[in-house]
Amino acid sequence: MTAIEARGLRKAYGTTLALDGVNFRVDEGRILGLIGPNGAGKTTALNAILGLTPYQGELKVLGRDPWNERDQLMRDVCFIADVAVLPRWLRVSQALDYLAGVHPRFDREKAQGFLAKTNIRPANRVRELSKGMVTQLHLALVMAIDAKLLVLDEPTLGLDILYRKQFYDSLLNDYFDRNRTIVVTTHQVEEVQHVLTDLMFINRGRIVLDCSMEEFESRYLEVMVHPEHLPAARALKPIQERQVLGRSTLLFDQVDRQQLAAFGEVRTPSIADVFVAVMTTHTSQAQGAAR
Amino acid sequence: MSTPMNPQSSAMPESPVDSQVPAPASISATRRMYWSVRRELWESRSIYIAPLAASTLTVAGFLISLVRLPDKMHAALALNPMQQHALIERPYNFAALLIMGTTFIVAIFYCLDALHGERRDRSVLFWKSLPVSDLTTVLSKASIPLLVLPLLTFAITVATQCIMLLVNTAVLLGSGPSLAMLWTHLSLGHTSLMLLFHLLAIHGLWYAPFYGWLLLVSAWARRMPFLWAALPLLAIGVVEKIAFNTSHFGAMLAYRMGGPESAASTAGKMSMDSLMQVTLGQFLMSPGLWIGLAVTALFLATAVQLRRYREPI
Repeated sequence: MTAIEARGLRKAYGTTLALDGVNFRVDEGRILGLIGPNGAGKTTALNAILGLTPYQGELKVLGRDPWNERDQLMRDVCFIADVAVLPRWLRVSQALDYLAGVHPRFDREKAQGFLAKTNIRPANRVRELSKGMVTQLHLALVMAIDAKLLVLDEPTLGLDILYRKQFYDSLLNDYFDRNRTIVVTTHQVEEVQHVLTDLMFINRGRIVLDCSMEEFESRYLEVMVHPEHLPAARALKPIQERQVLGRSTLLFDQVDRQQLAAFGEVRTPSIADVFVAVMTTHTSQAQGAAR
Repeated sequence: MSTPMNPQSSAMPESPVDSQVPAPASISATRRMYWSVRRELWESRSIYIAPLAASTLTVAGFLISLVRLPDKMHAALALNPMQQHALIERPYNFAALLIMGTTFIVAIFYCLDALHGERRDRSVLFWKSLPVSDLTTVLSKASIPLLVLPLLTFAITVATQCIMLLVNTAVLLGSGPSLAMLWTHLSLGHTSLMLLFHLLAIHGLWYAPFYGWLLLVSAWARRMPFLWAALPLLAIGVVEKIAFNTSHFGAMLAYRMGGPESAASTAGKMSMDSLMQVTLGQFLMSPGLWIGLAVTALFLATAVQLRRYREPI
């Protein structure tokens, strides 16, 4: 089943195109990482998916039109927007009461179970909690909602390593299953690399890469090349070359693994390295096209 | 609505608190509204703290004044009944006016912040992530000045006046004539009914366009909603004065502010007395009421749309 389907999704702020007619599809049960530089259109895409902003083009989320059916859609969709959007005056117990009052799929006991594992007390107000605890609280609330789609926009921004690690661990262990779909944007690419099932790079309102993690791993390979093989390796047109500890590391796109093995140790590159390489190529192409 | 009830919980065997209770199909609109209004009371505690403070102040002032009460009552016995009546009623009316004025100010500031504050602290992103429509949200916020505050004002005022009457009676227990005079001239049952009517009709319905306008500005303004609410009204009045040398807009505002009976009654009079002149029937028949309510509906509909489109500040 398709969770999200966008065709020709377009959004302009004045003369700036935040989304330039993008097409994509997210299937149920996937964890999609939406990666892009600042101002690439990630948040705009998420806002469109969540019915927070009007758009042009076609967009269906769980079969609904998000802009016109936001409140119905939100029965099956949850989202955590970047940092701390929980109001500071709210008490933890009030948050539980309110959600139990308005949300048909909220399981209060489950939320209390998650909160029991933290230092958050029901009488606490949000303003009394640290940044990490607010995120824990929000995550506990969201994970207690039996939703089909979870959207996370920079959920771990500004958190320390312990909280960040814990965040994705509990998401995977206590929440995710094949019936749910998660879309996450983040700049901390390295910590989601092993979480994602799908990957999408977005730049200047366009999608520049859209693949599953299996495809990613077979398509992109990184080789630490022995100096004597360097000319031969360069002939295969690496998309990026960088120096690591005095050795050249070359990144290849769709080059045969056996062929590369002759030059040195072959491994799967990090998303961050591929991201930098793809963005550099895309940006120079875009500038070339503009000239 | 296509919401297949697939038991998703069964797919999470490792969940620590795995409840097998199926999610209820839906939540009624009334329940969502109820919780939305409660949410407002959690957030803006001044809604009930301010009138309670005004009530406490009045009672405290009244207690101090009681020191001189027996003498005052004794002197009052010599006055004519009209003067006696006015003298005895004064502190009770004053209490009602003070509490009413307080809640009116609370209503104004509440409305200005209602749809602005949630964008300022970005919590609108949290509220919008829940299955509550913009219409429900705006209506729940509008219900605070239109219904909750009038009823709350009424309850607090009546409670305050009862406390005052009890204390008053206790002090005068020793003197029969003064006590008799107090109870003959004070008819709290009757004035309470008039007060309830005044609060619901005037503060709720007649002033509704003001609250609608303030909520609209609150949903629209990026900064300083207070200025945005006040300056355009002033500007219209000034432009009208310069262009046509008339002041119809100002007169209209004054008419709206003064209440439906303002033309008949004099400004200096107690609003409670002037209220006597307006019956419920006359009030419901006045076109001013219905025009005002139509304008309010327009303002609120615009506020709903604005809440939909506006992004956090």
